[in-house]
Amino acid sequence: MEKVSSKLAAKLKESEEFNAQACYHCGTCTALCPLGYKIVPRKLFREVMLGLEDKVKESIPEIYSCLLCRMCEEYCPAEVHIAENIRYLRKYINEEVFELL
Amino acid sequence: MPLPIGPVLGILSDNLRIRGSVLPLSRSEATGWARGLDIPRGGNTVLYTGLMYQLIPAIDALASQMARFEDSTIARLFGLGRVANKFINLSFFMALTASKEMKQENNQVLRNIAEMLKKAGVEFGYLYKQELYSGALVYDEGMDESFSVHARRVVNVFRKNGVRCVITVDPHTTSILRDVYPEFVQDFDIDVKNYMEVLAEKNLPVMHEQNKELVIHDSCVYARYEGMIKQPRSLLANAGITVKGLELSGRSTHCCGGPIESLFPSKAHEIAANRVGQLKEKGEDIVTMCPICQVNLRKAAAGSCHISDISNTFAKAYLS
Repeated sequence: MEKVSSKLAAKLKESEEFNAQACYHCGTCTALCPLGYKIVPRKLFREVMLGLEDKVKESIPEIYSCLLCRMCEEYCPAEVHIAENIRYLRKYINEEVFELL
Repeated sequence: MPLPIGPVLGILSDNLRIRGSVLPLSRSEATGWARGLDIPRGGNTVLYTGLMYQLIPAIDALASQMARFEDSTIARLFGLGRVANKFINLSFFMALTASKEMKQENNQVLRNIAEMLKKAGVEFGYLYKQELYSGALVYDEGMDESFSVHARRVVNVFRKNGVRCVITVDPHTTSILRDVYPEFVQDFDIDVKNYMEVLAEKNLPVMHEQNKELVIHDSCVYARYEGMIKQPRSLLANAGITVKGLELSGRSTHCCGGPIESLFPSKAHEIAANRVGQLKEKGEDIVTMCPICQVNLRKAAAGSCHISDISNTFAKAYLS
């Protein structure tokens, strides 16, 4: 049983930066990522949208190892702002997990 | 044990907040490149280095230290290190091993750029010791609170000096000022131009035609964030230089691994090695346009090919 975080869901609702809703899981991002298959944005974004905060926390190394190089975005057929979404997640984790000011 | 992400980011953010830069940089290291160039102080248009080229030797020294800590039990002490760093600048000691050769070489890049701008008839000043780092790294890591305060500090310096236009020299500073500052700083109205955009518009006369071929490693930020692909190529073509075709170039360029060098040194090295392999397949004379790309690719190439900043090639062609 996965726990849903109302805080994550609420933060996303008010955010204009996170735009993964258009993703239809084609996998282009994963195939193009210079990190190979170590980061899977489509899976991560689905977990974020479902509010599965514990699952998202398990992906912290992947979230911070993203190069923000936008290779994935260049070819994303749904025009998802993948790098900006990753940066948004960093911001969330910095505040809620690492408690960085 | 991987490097602890929270404490490492905390140290960078604390440094920016307390010391105005993510890593220490003395006044002479920041401005020494301009010695003897007689660049006026301040002005309507300034060459804004954003301290990137000057910071790279310290970043490289720090990254080498971090690579030693990766998978070591010392990594556990970073939490304590962050507390101590607030009072004693620990990153200063870690950056003491910064290479003198790299400092000189990076200073030369800035000198090349300033001299070419002068030759093109561009009137510009420099903020010398008032110039601040742009905060790009802190923004990329999602530390928006620290970034926001710092961005306002940078813009206040521009405004106090009457700056209306900045000429940038690296991709990260260009993008952060042009695309991100307007979101964080109210009424941001400073015109941001990159030096290659300025030089490409100016039709700088060629002094020494270079009949050679080389391979370009496009920066992800210049190519995909800023769409800046044709300017470096036109400056090279005017100088008689042929750019060798490369599948992963322009908007499809491949990252150098540099952005994750501080937190994931081994992964960064793996990516850089892949990229060097792609570049070397096309030729052994390679140019970069970003100090982060240059340092990472060079480390991975370990002397197996010649990797140099594109401004050095421009200087040979356009400066007497």
